[in-house]
Amino acid sequence: MYAISVLILFPIIAALLVLIVRKDQIRDMIVRISAVITAVITLTVVFLYFQKGISFNFPHEEIIDYIIAALEGSMALFIIIIGIKNKKYIVSAFSAIQTPLVLWFEFSQKHDIVVKNGIVFDKLTAIMVLIIGIVGSLICIYAIGYMKWYHYHHENYPVRKNFFLSLLFLFLSAMFGLVLSNNLTWMYFFWEITTLCSFLLIGYTKTKDAKKNSFHALAINLGGGLAFALAIVFIGINFKTLELSVLIDMKPEAMVLIPVFLLSIAALTKSAQLPFSSWLLGAMVAPTPSSALLHSATMVKAGVYLIIRLAPLLGTSSVGRIVTLVGGVTFLACSLMAIAQSDAKKILAYSTLANLGLIVICSSIGTQESLWAAILLVIFHSVSKSLLFICVGSIEHQIGSRNVEDMDILLDVSRKLSLYIMIGIAGMFLAPFGMLVSKWVAMKAFIDSDNILIVIILAYGSAATLFYWSKWMGKLVSNANVKNHVKQTFRKDEEIPITIHAILVVISCFGFPLISKYALIPYLTHLFHTDAMVPISTSDVKIMLYMLSALLILPISFIPIYKGDKRRKVPMYMAGQNAGDNENFHASMGVTRKVELRNWYMESYFGAKRLTLWSNLISIGLLCAGIILLIGGLAA
Amino acid sequence: MHILMNILFVVAAPFVGGLLTGIDRVITARMQGRQGPPVLQPFYDVMKLVQKESIEVNSMHRFFVYISLVFAIFTTSILLSGGDILLAVFALTLGSIFFVLGGYASNSPYSIIGSERELLQIMAYEPMVLLACVGLYYADNSFFVKEIINNSIPAIVYLPGVFLGLVFIITFKLRKSPFDLSMSHHGHQEIVKGITTEYSGRDLAVIEVTHWFEVIITLTLVFVFFATETPISKVFALVACALVYFLEIIIDNAFARLKWQQAFTSAWIITGTMGIINLLILSFFR
Repeated sequence: MYAISVLILFPIIAALLVLIVRKDQIRDMIVRISAVITAVITLTVVFLYFQKGISFNFPHEEIIDYIIAALEGSMALFIIIIGIKNKKYIVSAFSAIQTPLVLWFEFSQKHDIVVKNGIVFDKLTAIMVLIIGIVGSLICIYAIGYMKWYHYHHENYPVRKNFFLSLLFLFLSAMFGLVLSNNLTWMYFFWEITTLCSFLLIGYTKTKDAKKNSFHALAINLGGGLAFALAIVFIGINFKTLELSVLIDMKPEAMVLIPVFLLSIAALTKSAQLPFSSWLLGAMVAPTPSSALLHSATMVKAGVYLIIRLAPLLGTSSVGRIVTLVGGVTFLACSLMAIAQSDAKKILAYSTLANLGLIVICSSIGTQESLWAAILLVIFHSVSKSLLFICVGSIEHQIGSRNVEDMDILLDVSRKLSLYIMIGIAGMFLAPFGMLVSKWVAMKAFIDSDNILIVIILAYGSAATLFYWSKWMGKLVSNANVKNHVKQTFRKDEEIPITIHAILVVISCFGFPLISKYALIPYLTHLFHTDAMVPISTSDVKIMLYMLSALLILPISFIPIYKGDKRRKVPMYMAGQNAGDNENFHASMGVTRKVELRNWYMESYFGAKRLTLWSNLISIGLLCAGIILLIGGLAA
Repeated sequence: MHILMNILFVVAAPFVGGLLTGIDRVITARMQGRQGPPVLQPFYDVMKLVQKESIEVNSMHRFFVYISLVFAIFTTSILLSGGDILLAVFALTLGSIFFVLGGYASNSPYSIIGSERELLQIMAYEPMVLLACVGLYYADNSFFVKEIINNSIPAIVYLPGVFLGLVFIITFKLRKSPFDLSMSHHGHQEIVKGITTEYSGRDLAVIEVTHWFEVIITLTLVFVFFATETPISKVFALVACALVYFLEIIIDNAFARLKWQQAFTSAWIITGTMGIINLLILSFFR
């Protein structure tokens, strides 16, 4: 119990320290040490409670409630004021409705509700805590190295490094709180903190774009928060409880489905599913560490985490079907739109949306198999995607651009970075790696639960996924010559987290049978009260592991061949017009021209504009259908 | 014994594949009113290639075709030993991606254009391949080839639409016109030899052998639609494979190469109509 309190409180202390220390070197040291300590506490907590789990309530719950209420009030005040100041009245309005609503509920309706377990730590929480603690602390360390050159390259932005790093720690604390809370009011509190953190981080540079996008993100997430608040009040008044675990044990009747629908809306906004996805794309203006931490690895996972929790109620219910379809539309549309992007961070953002969509589908279908896939997807996606983000951050520093087209020189600039980003990309879609294992099981789960439409969506979406990742990989291996390149230092603060991340990706792929055996199967068995089975046969798992080993060993086995190599190197074929340097050719009229090779983007098929419009319309239609079904369910 | 049989199958696969390519060349020649090469010509070609000097533009790009071959063999062994068909498809895709990366790695204009087209082709046929696996699972409740081919009713009865869709996209996999955009067997393409432009000697031989494996893999996919527990059905299945292969040769000779737009949209639309309607009906009656 104490360990858990320390886990939530320690990052706050770290955040305060980081905020007040002005000297760069000392602050960096504090960040490094705090990150390591956070990781150690995470491991300790998981080690202590993993086997048995723990659920309890704090002894002086009312005091905690008062503190939370006070903090919520001041947060709301802050949001209302900046909303009015910046003429973003919608933000103020959302805040002015939901916070008084929650506070009113807190002080007038809550006394007869007894919360037995405010904190629940089970195997799912353990997985989430591990992801947040390990990936989070690595990204905090990475942020030190990243922010150093970030301000060096962008002199016009005000330097607020202490603010930035401190927010990262505050955010970690909020995330720990969010996944540990079983009390919905607490969860809501942490939910709102993550929203606020995200808003402040997106607006970090204070440019016009940053401001606009940060308010956009805030408005959508506060909208989700409003749905969350309404759900809390509804549950509290109608069912006299505030515990998530109690809600989940109820039967999916019409009355129960209303708050479930509201919570799902909150989850969909947080996980940036269509039609709420625009904020995540805008969030890419934020410095890369915050994109890695908030907008791919952890915060957006809060939404799918909630849906995974609600899974038993979603299942075959009307709300579940709607959520599944919304996830499906998001997965397909975003996978297709990613093809037309050339900005690396944009590709990562679309791919994040698509994968979150897939997780939403898996968790809202709610069978044992599909939940197995959903949780594994959460793990693999977090690790691989944050690796990709921080790689792109460092690549931008090394080659001065984050356009995929410019990455053909990377192999010459930095072999290490090329290797790591290749591992990250392979981790996202290639066969023996984690994401594909989960996709595979997801496919099986969709067939077994007779969701043929989703199977078809998955087939098309996967093909598109394969296309945009492979063409990126193609650029990475194409090994163009570098000319006039200024060598940049690759700081240890960047290199160490990236290396560990890459190792984590590989380990998690090798270790997934273990994760499945010791965490997923017990969790699912407990949840469904029947013995859960591993959805993939053992022989297949073995073959996958052979493939993975082959992929790791094969490149090494080629080294001796290259050493004694006496093959003749020739200029490449350019229809006989190669000017001799492999970069220029003799064009007509005796002019020498440079060869330029570009990837395919197929704007006319996959341009974001048209697809966004249509997919938004469809998803809005789906949500409206959900509301109608709910009302119909009540009337029946 | 079982393992020995599997090894035998995998060793025999490229020879059968090579033989089929040889037959293909003879039939094609006859269709065009030529005498054509001997049936064993593909083997002579490969043997000659192995003896030739291998020149290259950089030391990286040959690595990828070797890995591509490894995974083609891997896929063949999974399929022929009755393993998981979905896993086989994933391994095959992995091999194809490595082949594409090989084209990119040479950084030569014609190969890169070839690679990009090949990637587009993969995107075009991948949904149908996945849906075919899904269909087989629907029909026989298993992804394992050994169980699919030991059912009492052949899968084709449930999956006529999926099968037609599969036959359509097999044209991509066999690199037949009208879908031979990325590299053609004929050297007079607008992008020379596409992905393989910068490969020579032994590396080119490896690519050729990989293709033989792929022919076998593709025909195995056809085979599983017809085979059941009775031995005679396996004969029928082989006949079906031969017919499909012959059909592909006719298509190859009868159609001109399409633009990528047409290749891509037609594949996705055919997949959409054939696959989806078939699967929807199947799921409705389940």
